[in-house]
Amino acid sequence: MHRTGELYGQFQTLDQQKETAALGMWIFLVTEVLFFGGMFLTYTINRHAYPAAFGMGSNTLDIYLGGFNTVVLILSSLTMAMAVWSAQVGKKTFVTIFLILTLLLGGTFLGVKVVEYKQKFDHHLIPGQNFDLAYCAKNTNACTDLSPKARETEDRQLEEAEKLDPNLNSHAQLYFSLYFGMTGLHALHMIVGAGLLLWLLKESVGGRFGPAYNTPVEIIGLYWHFVDIVWIYLFPLLYLIDRKAGR
Amino acid sequence: MSEHIVSPRIYLVIFASLMVGTAITVWAAFQNFGAFNIVIALGIATVKATLVVLYFMHARYSPGRTHLVIVCAVFWLAIMLALTLIDYQSRPILSHRTAPHAVHRLSA
Repeated sequence: MHRTGELYGQFQTLDQQKETAALGMWIFLVTEVLFFGGMFLTYTINRHAYPAAFGMGSNTLDIYLGGFNTVVLILSSLTMAMAVWSAQVGKKTFVTIFLILTLLLGGTFLGVKVVEYKQKFDHHLIPGQNFDLAYCAKNTNACTDLSPKARETEDRQLEEAEKLDPNLNSHAQLYFSLYFGMTGLHALHMIVGAGLLLWLLKESVGGRFGPAYNTPVEIIGLYWHFVDIVWIYLFPLLYLIDRKAGR
Repeated sequence: MSEHIVSPRIYLVIFASLMVGTAITVWAAFQNFGAFNIVIALGIATVKATLVVLYFMHARYSPGRTHLVIVCAVFWLAIMLALTLIDYQSRPILSHRTAPHAVHRLSA
């Protein structure tokens, strides 16, 4: 038999039982804050040390895809919050609908991430032996997905950045290592979240969540919103470093 | 159950605010505010994160011990960031501006 909201012996009220579960998730999220915090710290130190390389690396990212993903992820937080609300007011069909929407939006985010990662592979921007920040500038017949205008801007910025940093190529690899490390860790959290959502969905179809019992929806919601917050910081820090006018 | 139910209207208002925040972030990134570009970007991100924590994550309606846990997270994160960055900034040999000269002086 699975839990449907009966009171366990160690608690005095159902409210206390639910608050305890939520507190457990919050404490886990504290450890996550420090986990991601370490990566943000590494990023800050290296960005400060190699501003030209980080700016150049950042400018190769697609701001439209990044912006689109930001909207998608915030929207998925809204649908997740609505799933919690639906459970609280007893609209069981809506719980399922909002969970499906959240899952679809999460999947869309990961799909866009795949497109972005593939472009970086094609453009030789994966840290390692074949990394070459100037690959697109050197090979005019490659990188056909870049518009002539984008290519021209990138060439000009590359020239300026090379003047500022003689080891631009190696320092740019630091940027891309952090880019893949941070977005990869974030994507891993999304994949875990998607797994949790699938389980919620299965239970929700069985009609388990309602006003009396919705703790799993609530605490998986907390996790999902936390992943959203990480992206709220990742988007400006990775995509928008050096877009300012005159570049 | 005496739990606080946040209405969909509030969720929609928060969602709209987050969208506006995202739009301002992108707009501000294309303006030249000098050293303030990063301050503005992180400031808006922090406002957005606070809205998510307070409303989507129901922190505003949560008991005091949840607030304590959140404050702890921010506080320990601040310790990690501040003390490490102070260390990096106060050691000239590791600072990018002085590093080549410092190494040169040491080897000379």
